[in-house]
Amino acid sequence: MKVALSMISDGFKEATNGSTAYHIWMSVLTLLMLFGAYSYYQQIVHGLSATGMTDRVSWGLYISNFTFLVGVAAAAVMLVLPTYILKDVDFSQAVLIGEGLAVSALIMCLAFVTVDMGGPARLWHIIPGIGSLNWPNSMLAWDVLVLNGYLFINLSIPFYLLYHHYQGKKPNKSVYLPGVLLSVFWAVGIHLVTAFLYAGLPARPFWNNALLGPRFLASAFAAGPALIILVLAIIRKFMDYTITDKTIDKIAMVVTVAAQVNLIMLGSELFKEFYSITHHSSSALYMFFGVGSKNALVPWIWTSIGLNLLATIALTFNRFRKNHIILYISCGLLFIAIWIDKGMGLIIPGFIPGPWGDVVEYFPTWVEVGVTIGIWSLGAFVFSILVKVAVPIEMGTLRYKK
Amino acid sequence: MFFKRRKKEEEMAPQKTEGCGSDSCGCKQPDGFDQVIKKPLDRRSALKGLTAGLLAGTGFLNSSCSATAGDADKELASLKWNEYFKGNYQLMTAEEKNDTVNRLEKMYELNNGGKINLSDTGAVKDVLYGYAFNISKCQGYMDCVNACVEENNQDRDSQMQYIRIHEFKKGQMNFEMADDNFYHEVPAAGHFYMGTQCFHCENPPCVDVCPVKATWKEKDGIVVIDYDWCIGCRYCQAACPYDGRRFNWSTPHVPENELNKDQHYLGNRPRKKGVMEKCTFCIQRSRNGENPACVEACPTGARIFGNLLDPDSTIRWVIENKKVFRLKEDLGTEPKFWYFMD
Repeated sequence: MKVALSMISDGFKEATNGSTAYHIWMSVLTLLMLFGAYSYYQQIVHGLSATGMTDRVSWGLYISNFTFLVGVAAAAVMLVLPTYILKDVDFSQAVLIGEGLAVSALIMCLAFVTVDMGGPARLWHIIPGIGSLNWPNSMLAWDVLVLNGYLFINLSIPFYLLYHHYQGKKPNKSVYLPGVLLSVFWAVGIHLVTAFLYAGLPARPFWNNALLGPRFLASAFAAGPALIILVLAIIRKFMDYTITDKTIDKIAMVVTVAAQVNLIMLGSELFKEFYSITHHSSSALYMFFGVGSKNALVPWIWTSIGLNLLATIALTFNRFRKNHIILYISCGLLFIAIWIDKGMGLIIPGFIPGPWGDVVEYFPTWVEVGVTIGIWSLGAFVFSILVKVAVPIEMGTLRYKK
Repeated sequence: MFFKRRKKEEEMAPQKTEGCGSDSCGCKQPDGFDQVIKKPLDRRSALKGLTAGLLAGTGFLNSSCSATAGDADKELASLKWNEYFKGNYQLMTAEEKNDTVNRLEKMYELNNGGKINLSDTGAVKDVLYGYAFNISKCQGYMDCVNACVEENNQDRDSQMQYIRIHEFKKGQMNFEMADDNFYHEVPAAGHFYMGTQCFHCENPPCVDVCPVKATWKEKDGIVVIDYDWCIGCRYCQAACPYDGRRFNWSTPHVPENELNKDQHYLGNRPRKKGVMEKCTFCIQRSRNGENPACVEACPTGARIFGNLLDPDSTIRWVIENKKVFRLKEDLGTEPKFWYFMD
């Protein structure tokens, strides 16, 4: 208990002290979070009418970001699996960073779902025991359970490891390995369950598609590790933490294969939608080509496809991938491409055209954009703190003083 | 074409009078709900105590403890407090249902001065409601839409409407080509009309997806929503293939003099911001043996409502004697809403 308290107070000291750059970074994030909080206050006062959502397009930017971030959270498994189970030492420096990213992404997911609720004050209705969770019928109930479970796993394992390293002790494998093994399956679970949330709706032919789940996984295992590479590059530059080129190169390989698989699936989807155009292709037609004068998503989706192709091709060639400048740019482009593809390119067209064929477009308002920026800042804030505290413990500079 | 009532009042599912009617004698029939709900309720009251301190800043507790607040304010605050912590209507005992109805009536009185008549009438035995729509007769007058808005206290500001009337050009019945937002004189030459609303499916996809069981199918087939239990996630809206559900994006507003004060807990009682609502076959009317407002308002007689279990009802006659069809039958939702032509 004394050790835990000391760890918390040391961690707090570590998180609140740092270079000027660190302080500026955290202040900017705080400002953006305050802007997000103000936007959310506007939404609370006026209701969800402060957003661009309507009865015709009833989910928008929030659920788009939620869907994408579940993928980012799940991607931690791509570091966990090689480190703990395949015993690949090259990943071990990165794995805690990956788990920290998963925690931040999950916090953002839960925040995005919460701000999307019409009655956030009544959210206790979902808690089993005092509320009435509709499990196992509702896929949303499943999602609530698996996301919170994954958050718990990804908090407890790194905490256990850091707690031992903090005291200079060796963690007991038989304690954390079962948890690690569980987290591998759980990671696949959270993203499949999230895909099933959409794929299970025959009312929306664009989502009601068996490839949705596998494609979620492929795109997640590309976008998540791509973000991890970028984060590692920054940590390497600003912190005294050794991350070898070999680590980056191995993760880059994971990104490349996932991005290639994702492209194959995209091609398969496009073939199905456009070779024989039926009623079920209406959403894809709207998204890629627009309907009449209504074409809000057209620039987005083509940008996404373009960036996706460019990044995947660059990554495919050894020569380009080994060049770290090109690698970082490709990872950035890929991340943006998949953010569009899994967000605006998946959730919005599911509602357009509507059940009776009406094409009503969706444009996010500044309130929605403000809340979204606020939540992303919250994620970055949480992640910065986690890294700031975990890295010195891992390096042995932050230790328990008896 | 009023829907015929087969069963008399006394055969209605017992609501408020169980056992000998006395609360103290202990002979109350053991209610199935009692066993299910006992534990959750105990835990809920525990939560109530735990969070009491935390919620002090939210206003209602504030005024209930304040020495300066008036008696009416205090009573309102305590009513709001109890309303916030009430359970899912589906799982309430008859007594709890009665309590919440009384609280809501009292709250309306304290807030607005007038009185509302709030009912919690349950499903009538041996009744399953169904609806038929005569495409040949509908001329697109929209009287049904207006009657529905007035009857069901829909938000006037956003002009929420449960019914959509689609205008088709003759020669096809493709909804993608139809217009459900027309502003011109009807009937327009060369066009025909079709109305859609909640179809009260036998396999409602919206009910399965709700994460908190805030929407369900009643014994008489009406798909209802507990407005106080809904958390506003809008998953049901995404799951409905018929565009049958509406969301309160802002606080709904109905002028006091236009408010329909004959209300049902699961029907037309005023909703709040951030919850889902929909057609309930005018549950406040249909369970009293009346037709829904849309049926009554239709000037052409295109709308038919009745009990599917009554072999003598008009709806049964239509289904047996006309060539009827339903929309998107391939989805397996089994709507209780049929279309036919003369």
